[in-house]
Amino acid sequence: MFVPCGESVPDLAGYTFLMPAVSVGNVGQLAMDLIISTLNMCKIGYFYTDCLVPMVGNNPYATAEENSTELSINAEIYALPSKKLAALQLRSIFIKYKSKPFCEKLLSWVKSSNCAKVIVLSSSHSYHRNDLQLRSTPFRYLLTPCVQKSIQTKITSLNWEEMEKSPCIPEINDSEFCIRIPGGGITKTLYDESCSKEIAMVVLLKFVSEGDNIPDALGLVEYLNEWLQILKPCCDDPTASALRWKMPSSWRLLFGSGLPPALF
Amino acid sequence: MAATFFGEVVRAPCRAGTEDEEEEEEEGKRETAEDREVRRQLARKREVRLFRRQTKTSLEVSLLEKYPCSKFIIAIGNNAVAFLSSFVMNSGVWEEVGCANLWNEWCRTTDTTHLSPAEAFCVFYHLKSSPSVVLCQCSCYVAEDQQYQWLEKVFGSCARKNMQVTILTCRHVTDYKTSESTSSLHSPFLKALKTQNFKELPCCSLLEQPNIVHDLPAAVLSYCQVWRIPAVLYLCYTDVMKLDLITVEAFKPVLSSRSLKGLVKNIPQSTEILKKLMTTNEIQSNIYT
Repeated sequence: MFVPCGESVPDLAGYTFLMPAVSVGNVGQLAMDLIISTLNMCKIGYFYTDCLVPMVGNNPYATAEENSTELSINAEIYALPSKKLAALQLRSIFIKYKSKPFCEKLLSWVKSSNCAKVIVLSSSHSYHRNDLQLRSTPFRYLLTPCVQKSIQTKITSLNWEEMEKSPCIPEINDSEFCIRIPGGGITKTLYDESCSKEIAMVVLLKFVSEGDNIPDALGLVEYLNEWLQILKPCCDDPTASALRWKMPSSWRLLFGSGLPPALF
Repeated sequence: MAATFFGEVVRAPCRAGTEDEEEEEEEGKRETAEDREVRRQLARKREVRLFRRQTKTSLEVSLLEKYPCSKFIIAIGNNAVAFLSSFVMNSGVWEEVGCANLWNEWCRTTDTTHLSPAEAFCVFYHLKSSPSVVLCQCSCYVAEDQQYQWLEKVFGSCARKNMQVTILTCRHVTDYKTSESTSSLHSPFLKALKTQNFKELPCCSLLEQPNIVHDLPAAVLSYCQVWRIPAVLYLCYTDVMKLDLITVEAFKPVLSSRSLKGLVKNIPQSTEILKKLMTTNEIQSNIYT
């Protein structure tokens, strides 16, 4: 359930609701961190749930001593009223059998908040790509039927590739085709649920392998930015684009503590 | 997937934990009525139950609804439990008000009426002279699917604002992320995390990012943060996870905190009690005598 930080419940009517799927390489979550940190979004509440493994830590977006001591939990909601953007960040994995109930509860809350649309940032295993996918861009999008009319023209002008359907049962030759997102976590469940509940949802994902997924996260936010224009567009130089997204202070030591000097 | 040096391709675990979701989806499609019944029975076995050992009756409401409290102190793990036993529980008379019965792969306590000292347990007490002080000694592991239930059975569904919560626990020093190597750290050392409504100065420095806390301590602190209850977690990073004198003594700065100050009477006596606790355990764990 949504629990606001302040006394009043914020009004999210007409907002674009961004959220990550906990997926391969945690790319969606890393991308959300970049968005929240760069736009300096302000925490408006918690999504308190029994579906995610509990975790706590100090403010992951701290920029100074003064703001470093605010406690953060596993599911928090941030907002930027000037751009009518709301963002959910998920910081832990789902408890067994609880991913579907979470999707249902979250989407029900999003629908009752009258958000204009939901954008899910996700990723999928790159080793599952077919030959055609291997030769094309690693980014894909998916739209639910109710959002197709309003967004399709813009998407077509961006020359984006829609996520292809693949055989439901890969081993069988004449199997039916459906959308499969291996390694995408709750992406498919969110998409299916939104289709049936007529929620305006756009899924943006990248084919990735696990490793240092920071470049993948930067790629995904730039892909999102092509459409939403959260930051002003700049030249095609990848280094310049990486510099304009602010990496949060919590990204320190992503691969563990320092090494003992005696090792060398 | 990952390739090994021996030319085999193995399935590498995904750190986003997504294999489970794919398995669950497949399982969901193939699940029969029998499977659902097995799952229901397992869920029932894993339920957290609170009851009174003296009367062998379950608590019908949450513990803090039955025993309203202004101070809730909880020790999670054997070292934190030993600290509270020696330094806090030896001063004053503490009455047992409840006991949590739970089963999981790590904590298989089924008979909580006759617990031996070596067994894991979760027991609640209040101070007879000041019943609004409630203490919990939790040395059993509460699994991730049981933590929310534990919170509901103890705190209930409505937030209790007029109380302060203090949590004590330990973690292994290798969990602590720092730019130096962990081998150069002088453990044990204490770190704190507090909720927004906790206005006191903690007894040690705060836990720096990117360090985080999981399990029951995180569940309790999250609950307090969301429902705006003043709470502080004191986390002792140690390289000895079994019962250890030095680790337990590392919690001593917490004795000067507002929650514990009034409760601790005789520190030298406490140190003696602690030493006795250590010796009892050492004899039990020595396989050569």
